[in-house]
Amino acid sequence: MQPVFFVCEVKTNMKNITKPDQSRAPIYEALQTFRHMRVVPFDVPGHKHGRGNPELTAFLGEQCVSIDVNSMKPLDNLCHPVSVIHEAELLAADAFGASHAFLMVGGTTSAVQSMVLSVCKRGDKIILPRNVHRSVINALVLCGANPVYVNPEVNCHLGISLGMQRGQVAKAISENPDAVAVLVNNPTYYGICSDLRAIVKMAHEAGMYCIADEAHGTHFYFGEDMPVSAMEAGADMAAVSMHKSGGSLTQSSLLLTGPNINPGHVRQIINLTQTTSGSYLLMSSLDISRRNLALRGKEVFAGVVDMADYARKEINAVGGYYAFGSELINGNSVFDFDPTKLSVHTRDIGLAGIEVYDILRDEYDIQIEFGDIGNILAYLSIGDRMSDLERLVSALAEIRRRYQTDSSGLLSQEYISPEVVTSPQEAFYSGKRSIPLEESIGCVCSEFVMCYPPGIPILAPGERITKEILDYIQYAKIKGCSMTGPEDPEIMNINVLE
Amino acid sequence: MELWFSEFHAPDVKHSIRVNRHLYSHKSDYQQIDIFDTPEFGRVLALDGNVMLTERDEFIYDEMITHVPMAVHPHVKDVLVIGAGDGGVVKELTRYDCIEKIDLVEMDVQVIEACRTYLPENACRLDDPRVHIFFDNALRFIRRCTSEYDLIIVDSMDPFGPSEGYFTREFYGICFNALREDGIMVNQQGSPFYKHDADEMKRCHKRIVSTFPISRVYQAHIPTYAAGYWLFGFASKKYHPIDDFNAAGWKQLNLNTEYYTTRLHIGAFYLPAFLEKMLKEVE
Repeated sequence: MQPVFFVCEVKTNMKNITKPDQSRAPIYEALQTFRHMRVVPFDVPGHKHGRGNPELTAFLGEQCVSIDVNSMKPLDNLCHPVSVIHEAELLAADAFGASHAFLMVGGTTSAVQSMVLSVCKRGDKIILPRNVHRSVINALVLCGANPVYVNPEVNCHLGISLGMQRGQVAKAISENPDAVAVLVNNPTYYGICSDLRAIVKMAHEAGMYCIADEAHGTHFYFGEDMPVSAMEAGADMAAVSMHKSGGSLTQSSLLLTGPNINPGHVRQIINLTQTTSGSYLLMSSLDISRRNLALRGKEVFAGVVDMADYARKEINAVGGYYAFGSELINGNSVFDFDPTKLSVHTRDIGLAGIEVYDILRDEYDIQIEFGDIGNILAYLSIGDRMSDLERLVSALAEIRRRYQTDSSGLLSQEYISPEVVTSPQEAFYSGKRSIPLEESIGCVCSEFVMCYPPGIPILAPGERITKEILDYIQYAKIKGCSMTGPEDPEIMNINVLE
Repeated sequence: MELWFSEFHAPDVKHSIRVNRHLYSHKSDYQQIDIFDTPEFGRVLALDGNVMLTERDEFIYDEMITHVPMAVHPHVKDVLVIGAGDGGVVKELTRYDCIEKIDLVEMDVQVIEACRTYLPENACRLDDPRVHIFFDNALRFIRRCTSEYDLIIVDSMDPFGPSEGYFTREFYGICFNALREDGIMVNQQGSPFYKHDADEMKRCHKRIVSTFPISRVYQAHIPTYAAGYWLFGFASKKYHPIDDFNAAGWKQLNLNTEYYTTRLHIGAFYLPAFLEKMLKEVE
């Protein structure tokens, strides 16, 4: 079945008038006005501008709780935006070069799920790399679509999955002409980008949508000399984590659409699962952050890139560590590299990434984004200071001096090609039983197993459990990765299909 | 007209000094720098509103942070001083002929410029040929050094603000690595009196104890600092501050001091009971 390309009939008024004024922040402005009106609240929320919960007000501040209000005419309604939220969405669309933008308050998880649910339904096939975030496969559990995995190339030295190769995508498309969409990570958690323009072209030529998980790509829209953004590459939809590199509050996010997508349809999909009480704290943070990025994003991200380049140089000068960067670019599986990402390979000093991650927090009071088997990732953004980077580099130098050891016993992270036996939805809802992990070889898994972060599944519902997968899970547990997914929190048992 | 400079020593405690004239005020890339002329304390340097030194009582700080390690280590040649842009510590160090090199690392060029102009008594020895001034972040500077110094003096501000990186475990670790095998690090360790200060002092002590084999705390009375009661940390790879103290050798140098004496050297390491308990908690 071929997907239907919707014709976008909703014309944005903005196009007919002068360029939208990015110095405006309509939700923020409406909240300011609302505050000055001193409206008496006989509506929810029940804390009534904080008065009913003095302990919370003392903790969060009166400024903050006084704008934690309900949808109302002057403040619009996220389920059906017609005034200030609508204006904020038009401004966001303009800033990101999208046809439409949706403010999201359920995290980028909800943006990714709405994106997937907008383009596929039960029985449809979707082409995607296996190193997707769990939210993508969760969306497949919800809608009943079938994944067609493109195996990413692996950098064996670093032990990380790379991007999708053009040839592999072309092969998946030609073998699955009935697929409805191709999903691309732009970039991966480690900052690696596939050739998005080429993949968009291939997908469109085959009558498929191309959608992008840009949880780690907000800055691509504003910084200079960045990898191409999904909207610029012509992708149909993109889930953008404003709260990661964009500076908005945790759980706020954006869903962008291109000209081939009917925004009314997407709004209906979003409203299936999104709250009807959208938080104005989150929405105003999106509005203010979008304004900041539109006005100052270029210089802000130039500063972040300078810091990351400096840190890479300094960490590589320490010796033993490898802070990788654009030298990985190979024209295909690493088509481009996000220069703000500070990933460091640690295995050559004899420590797993997760061990360095734990030492940094426990002994040096430095919290980084994640550590996996061979690498750590320090997340750099809009809020970092040079003096803190000096601490990070010095702490890494100290860890090497104090802990460096022989690296021969360490496992390299390898890509394990999954055997998909049933669709994620079927596996998730079928009859299942719980058995000890070590007895599960050959069975079909009905739940996720992953290290979090980064939240990329080792096993997803519907996949065959193999000995290599179990060895990997045991090793990650021993090294201290926090494992999540299964019903059994200790991960001694696993649910498999009956 | 009455003009007063006030500083919070604790959230509910304020210390005020009458001011004749506000001589200098400048916001640098790192901090707010002010210099006042006062009737009681002479000229006063404040960074981000905190008194760093006054002409009247700075000798106590400079002498205690310098002479204590110098009277213990038998042959100090190479010294690294962190912060101390006012030049007071350098002034004391340059009185020792045995010292061949003093590297001063200060992140804020404006502090040194202001002190050269308004506190010339303090800054007068910054031009000594043995002194080399580096405008750099100290973490960045020190992590490039291995076994290069006999003595490191950490003369930083409080751990709240631009100097917070100088109270961290990684900082003490790279200092350890930059010291020779018998090197000593001395740091200002804040005050044990008000809770806020005491908590930071303990954290700081804990980190030094876990980095150096020998770590002891000593005290001095400094009227313009919080509670008038200040601590220094003596961290060392080999020499003990009392067992290896060479009082006779130091006396032979015939250095005239206003606060430090060889008897006070030992006395300064005898701490009140509440402080001993606090330190024991984290050792």
